[in-house]
Amino acid sequence: MKARTVGRHIKESLKSIKRNGWMSLAAVSAVAVTLLLVGSFIAVLMNANKLAYDIENDVSVRVYIDLAAEEDQRNELQENIAKLEQVDTVEFSSRENELDQVVGSYGEEFTLFQGDDNPLHDVFVVNTTAPEYTAPVAEQIQEMDYVSDVNYGGATADRLFEMMEGARNVGLIVVVALILTAVFLISNTIRITIFSRRTEIEIMKLVGATNWFIRWPFVIEGAVIGFIGAVIPVTIISIVYVNGFDQIMNYLAGTYFALLPPNPFLWQLAALLLGIGVVIGAVGSTLSIRRFLKI
Amino acid sequence: MIKMSNVYKKYPNGITAVSGLNVHIDQGEFVYVVGPSGAGKSTFIKMIYREEVPTEGSIKVGDFDLVNMKESQVPFLRRYVGVVYQDFKLLPRLTVYENVAYAMEVVEKQPKTIQKRVLEVLDLVGLKHKVRMFPNELSGGEQQRVAIARAIANMPSVLIADEPTGNLDPETAWEIMDLLEEINSQGTTIIMATHNSQIVNQMKHRVLAVENGRIVRDEMKGDYGYEG
Repeated sequence: MKARTVGRHIKESLKSIKRNGWMSLAAVSAVAVTLLLVGSFIAVLMNANKLAYDIENDVSVRVYIDLAAEEDQRNELQENIAKLEQVDTVEFSSRENELDQVVGSYGEEFTLFQGDDNPLHDVFVVNTTAPEYTAPVAEQIQEMDYVSDVNYGGATADRLFEMMEGARNVGLIVVVALILTAVFLISNTIRITIFSRRTEIEIMKLVGATNWFIRWPFVIEGAVIGFIGAVIPVTIISIVYVNGFDQIMNYLAGTYFALLPPNPFLWQLAALLLGIGVVIGAVGSTLSIRRFLKI
Repeated sequence: MIKMSNVYKKYPNGITAVSGLNVHIDQGEFVYVVGPSGAGKSTFIKMIYREEVPTEGSIKVGDFDLVNMKESQVPFLRRYVGVVYQDFKLLPRLTVYENVAYAMEVVEKQPKTIQKRVLEVLDLVGLKHKVRMFPNELSGGEQQRVAIARAIANMPSVLIADEPTGNLDPETAWEIMDLLEEINSQGTTIIMATHNSQIVNQMKHRVLAVENGRIVRDEMKGDYGYEG
């Protein structure tokens, strides 16, 4: 394509957006609302995902001590655990203490097990220096003597991940449905601007303009509308996210939990939304002009 | 030049508009297509610039095979065949100059070439002094001249005119005919569908009479042959 032609196409598309001001505004709003929903959804989902990872990594390791272990052997085990490089703290919790916690959580019926009937083990509660060491530390302790069992709440995290998986699939369907709606709205809008120019298109076809020559201004028009429509939700989400991030992070201070930091997350989200906006705009107008090119 | 062999056209609604057309038109000819309304004139004309595609048979226009043609080649056929309509089809927002230039812009001609050629064709149709006017400031005859100027701007070998005088008063119609005659004398083939018996009878050219989708008469320097 010649540079002169590119210039002409861009000029034509901007002229059309201006001439059909209200319709363009309607299309821009449609894209903006859709992408605001899509963007907020993605932001929430990605952060929920991040929190799930944090939760998985935050659990402390519970080491159940063999019932047969004497006090010396127990102390030896405690030393061995404390010697591991990634271990931060080791706390002892007796079987009586454990049963008290069960009674506290599940009810008075469990007082029946007090005394010699107590089926629980003595426990070491081990915290690691960093969340990601939880699993390897648990594995190393498992190999040691006088250890009956090791548990780090992997099952709980797995269940959380299953739920996340479900939420993600539902979310994906919602996002696709929203995007299809936006494509439909854009193609309808562009159809109206095309309709007002159909004599022009007919003449272009009759004097021998190629289909792409006719199509380009409309495709650019759609892409520009999609882009402007995307800028609005990107701005809104950015402002809300940056403010919300500070407040929530204050609240989460001192825990292992953290939201995704605005940089680079917001940049990625902005690029994604602008990309989606441009693509749905271009696709929407390509779809709606198809019918008018069959002369 | 233009060759139709055994052409049939059946529309999806079951109507057979054209059945078994065989026509040969040479370069530089001037041909009237006459016949009652609904006889198949329009379909015949539309098939030449491929607004309609025959359901059977073959059509060749210049080097183009209109039946086995890629959709992407159609724009190039349209540069070879110019078309003029009864209702002009000018763009109301553009001036006379812009309307003609538009046809050349969309086929990506050089700006210098466009300027030169637009003034040339507007001179030919006698509207060089009205280049800045808008279509609604012109008379019907003048608008048709602009349409003709636009149709020949890209120098087509064939000019199709679908009832070009249908909306004009007799005197203006004659002016348009003189113009078509002049374009024809420069070597452009002209195919014109018309209901105007006076023109056909006085300005003698080849006449193709179409009835019920068939050519019932093909005479050099023929008459209109129907009640005016």
